Amino acid sequence: MSGFDKVVATYQEAMDGLADGMTVIAGGFGLCGIPEGLIAQIKTLGIKELTVVSNNCGVDGFGLGILLEDKQIKRMVSSYVGENALFEKQLLNGELEVELTPQGTLAEKMRAGGAGIPAFYTATGYGTPVGEGKEVKTFNGRPYILEEAITGEFSIVKAWKADRYGNCIYRHTAQNFNPMAASAGTITVVEAEEIVEPGELNPSEIHTPGIYVNRVIKGEFEKRIERKVVSKTVHNTTAKESQ
Amino acid sequence: MALSRDQIAMRVAQEFKDGDYVNLGIGIPTLAASFVPEGISVMLQSENGLLGMGPYPHEDELDADMINAGKETVTAITGASIFNSAESFAMIRGGHVDFTVLGAFEVDVSGNIASWMIPGKLVKGMGGAMDLVAGAKNIIVTMTHTDKHGNPKLLRECTLPLTGVNCITRIITDLAVLEVVDGAFLLKERAPGVTVEDIQAKTGGKLVVSENVTEMRV
Repeated sequence: MSGFDKVVATYQEAMDGLADGMTVIAGGFGLCGIPEGLIAQIKTLGIKELTVVSNNCGVDGFGLGILLEDKQIKRMVSSYVGENALFEKQLLNGELEVELTPQGTLAEKMRAGGAGIPAFYTATGYGTPVGEGKEVKTFNGRPYILEEAITGEFSIVKAWKADRYGNCIYRHTAQNFNPMAASAGTITVVEAEEIVEPGELNPSEIHTPGIYVNRVIKGEFEKRIERKVVSKTVHNTTAKESQ
Repeated sequence: MALSRDQIAMRVAQEFKDGDYVNLGIGIPTLAASFVPEGISVMLQSENGLLGMGPYPHEDELDADMINAGKETVTAITGASIFNSAESFAMIRGGHVDFTVLGAFEVDVSGNIASWMIPGKLVKGMGGAMDLVAGAKNIIVTMTHTDKHGNPKLLRECTLPLTGVNCITRIITDLAVLEVVDGAFLLKERAPGVTVEDIQAKTGGKLVVSENVTEMRV
């Protein structure tokens, strides 16, 4: 079964083959569930002219934000990019292009890309700047726009636990875009907090089956919190009810 | 007198029914979670992939892997579920979320909403707002009735780039509760001490006054 052993030992092996001008799809929402070490490796490699598809672009000095420091990103496909001063500067300078895409459409574009569906119709964005220039079709009296799938030469994914075969489980809301990103890359690289032997993960609880995954590496994560908000009151942990 | 943010949120929460799944936007909508009426349970959906969002964590519960759609640390209630972003937006776009409450810059008499982009200012993105307005069964817009210069935000036609078309049915402002009906704003309730004439003067689009305008209970 060694043909299924996808574990690599170094970040160099993990990102081998990445070249200028490629499209990289990255899992994560804000700084939650991001493949920190793989992003750092892209910075080390100095690859330029990248198209990066990710819901956000990190913050100054952390996450995908570090790829802006040496102007490695040419084009960013995201739903929200407001957390990052360097991004703003490069956007206004014209050094960076951004394609703002509704969050659900972005997730579905990745899902469709991984599932071999070239495009889909959605009501989201119809009649707005997002719908401009896109094909419109009416179903049951309601207009929908045609949105095209996204695939990339590389996908970079952050898992909680992965086994040697690339089966992955994500933890809490760090799941977010990771499963869709995993499915949409020609080469999908998973950086996991923990690597286990095949059989240690319950097959019924696997989020991403190993068939989507090409390489697995064990990472060390800072897991920075973007907005720490703490409650001072006593919690009622049942469904939201008045006291 | 114009309602406070908390009072608007209180009025919003009166719309919820027992057993509703609700998505609350940032700002006043989020405050509504604190005013859910007695005997009513709602489950909060956070579009990054959490159904059954709880309160902010205590210091000892902080977890970088548990955040809400505003990227704030959060907890999950008993009976919550967590899923990927495509699943999260499938429940939104598929019309499974009962209520969406969100803010806006402008709403017009056709039920169009503008909430994400002001030309000439830096555009940060729409996040999930376009998906939410295209998918929820009931959408409530909460906003101040006028902008900070006193200009109406309820218009004949939105002037800013849209978030969604023909999707808004109910608006709760600091002055009134209105519905969008047949190309007009239908005035249903007014804030205590606010006259119909005040509301008329501060509304840009056609306003139809309901036969029985009641006072908002806050």
